[in-house]
Amino acid sequence: MKESLETAAPVSGTTSPWRGDFPVFAVTENGKPLVYLDSAASAQKPHQVLDAVRHFEAFEYANIHRGVYKLSETATARYGGARAAVRRFLNASDDREIVFVRGTTEAVNLVARSFARPRLAPGDEILITHLEHHSNIVPWQLLCAETGAELKVAPIDDRGVVDLEAFAGLLGPRTKFAAFAHVSNALGTVNPVREMTRLAHAQGVPVLVDGAQAVAHMPVDVQEIGCDFYAFSGHKLYGPSGIGALYGKLEHFEAMPPYQGGGDMIRSVSFSGTTFAPAPQKFEAGTPNIGGAVGLGAAIEYVEAIGWEAIESHQRALQEHGEQVLASITGLRLIGTAPERVSLFSYVLEGVHPHDIGTFLAADNIAVRSGHHCAQPVMERFGVPATTRASLGIYNTRGDLDALAAGLQRVKEFFAA
Amino acid sequence: MSDLRDLYQQLVLDHGRHPRNKRVIHECNDGAECRHTEGYNPLCGDKLTLYAKARDGVIEDLSFEGEGCAIFTASTSMLTEVLKGRKVEEIRGILDEFIEMLTSGEKTPDPEGLGKLAVFGGVKDFPTRVKCATLPWRALEVILESVDGKGQPDQPIRTE
Repeated sequence: MKESLETAAPVSGTTSPWRGDFPVFAVTENGKPLVYLDSAASAQKPHQVLDAVRHFEAFEYANIHRGVYKLSETATARYGGARAAVRRFLNASDDREIVFVRGTTEAVNLVARSFARPRLAPGDEILITHLEHHSNIVPWQLLCAETGAELKVAPIDDRGVVDLEAFAGLLGPRTKFAAFAHVSNALGTVNPVREMTRLAHAQGVPVLVDGAQAVAHMPVDVQEIGCDFYAFSGHKLYGPSGIGALYGKLEHFEAMPPYQGGGDMIRSVSFSGTTFAPAPQKFEAGTPNIGGAVGLGAAIEYVEAIGWEAIESHQRALQEHGEQVLASITGLRLIGTAPERVSLFSYVLEGVHPHDIGTFLAADNIAVRSGHHCAQPVMERFGVPATTRASLGIYNTRGDLDALAAGLQRVKEFFAA
Repeated sequence: MSDLRDLYQQLVLDHGRHPRNKRVIHECNDGAECRHTEGYNPLCGDKLTLYAKARDGVIEDLSFEGEGCAIFTASTSMLTEVLKGRKVEEIRGILDEFIEMLTSGEKTPDPEGLGKLAVFGGVKDFPTRVKCATLPWRALEVILESVDGKGQPDQPIRTE
């Protein structure tokens, strides 16, 4: 089942030189090969990640910190090594600026609780955009309900591009925080996060960038973006689920109160009071997902070894091909046509509900996602209850997109009959 | 794929495309009890308002408004068609059997009394779609509980 690496053409997208790294593609369903087009929900994992996790869990595992024996020292070193990998991956300047979390959602909640909440008074404002994932909406709504602050939403246009002028106009003296996606999970839009951060900072407003959908598609440089916080999840980057990272400027992490209390995040505890460990331990209460962190580190090394030039070129080829084959299907409407997009296609097909499309494609072992993609405000903005979304990873090929197009053609014919 | 096509063939070609009783039942002023309840399936965005007109233990009329996938639309349409004019007690029995067919672990190939509704038993092979088929039935459950002078239900129902 494995494709030969030797015959692969690295950049055309006709094949993927990395497909063979992913064991899942050796598994067929009723003789049909897997066409996996749901990487924006969660990416598949290469054996490099799976092996690294297995090796660590099998031979190097113990609880981290404080253990004076060899295994614990090794585990602590691996965990620290993963943190260093994340720091390098985001081009942060200090390992202490990286906190391990369960994923992007926990990262946003951590910032909402520990950073934003103490700064909010009734009448203050938090600014987000219309294209956010629920995980970058709901934590802020909860915070607003508690503090009397108000949530402001920068609009998007018919292509799914954030209206920068409106965004700038919504930043005012009452704005205490801004949070926005680097890449939209429902539309594929790449936001100009550097410019948005600059606009916010010009008003003295700190910024969180939700990088969940960006990290598998482009190099991220938090110093270049200038953001105060940047969050992402391991499982969108060919790593394990249940692990992610939050970057925060050290000055913020040092000043922020802890997010959760427990072991591992203290300096000393007595019943008269507790002093906390410095960042990042302050935010990592309890035994963390050590194996997950090791897996995330391995995923980062995997992506780094391939290199961004090759990844971006492959993804770009797929994106162009995807646009072509989808454009050939009459009655198909792309939702999200921003000029700056990643290889993700959100669409509706006239006369067929997205869930029926998903079920039909599933029968051909084509995995897409149908629904609101945890971005109901986006669906409302475009006047659709749901879309079908095909999102690509480095293992996808033009053949996958051709299979999708053929599957959609069959769905269309069936429902039109 | 052929199972799927068969299932859809039976559902979509008729009720999914040409839903019956897709209309509003306005407030009644003729002594009957008029009820409506909203249903929502957040997973796929199926949205429903189910209307019923009850008198003397009989559901005289049933109708719906809403948008959703083919399975949802067909299930709702067939519900209104099959149950209209039946006694509340009888409808309760069919409702229980329908829900049982789709949610119990056991395979019930041809449940008694469901008649043409039994076609929805095939939806069980597509577990993520079961909620699409049961949504109108859950809404009906709420409506049946509200008749007999108990007043208009105020809670929308959700299947997730």
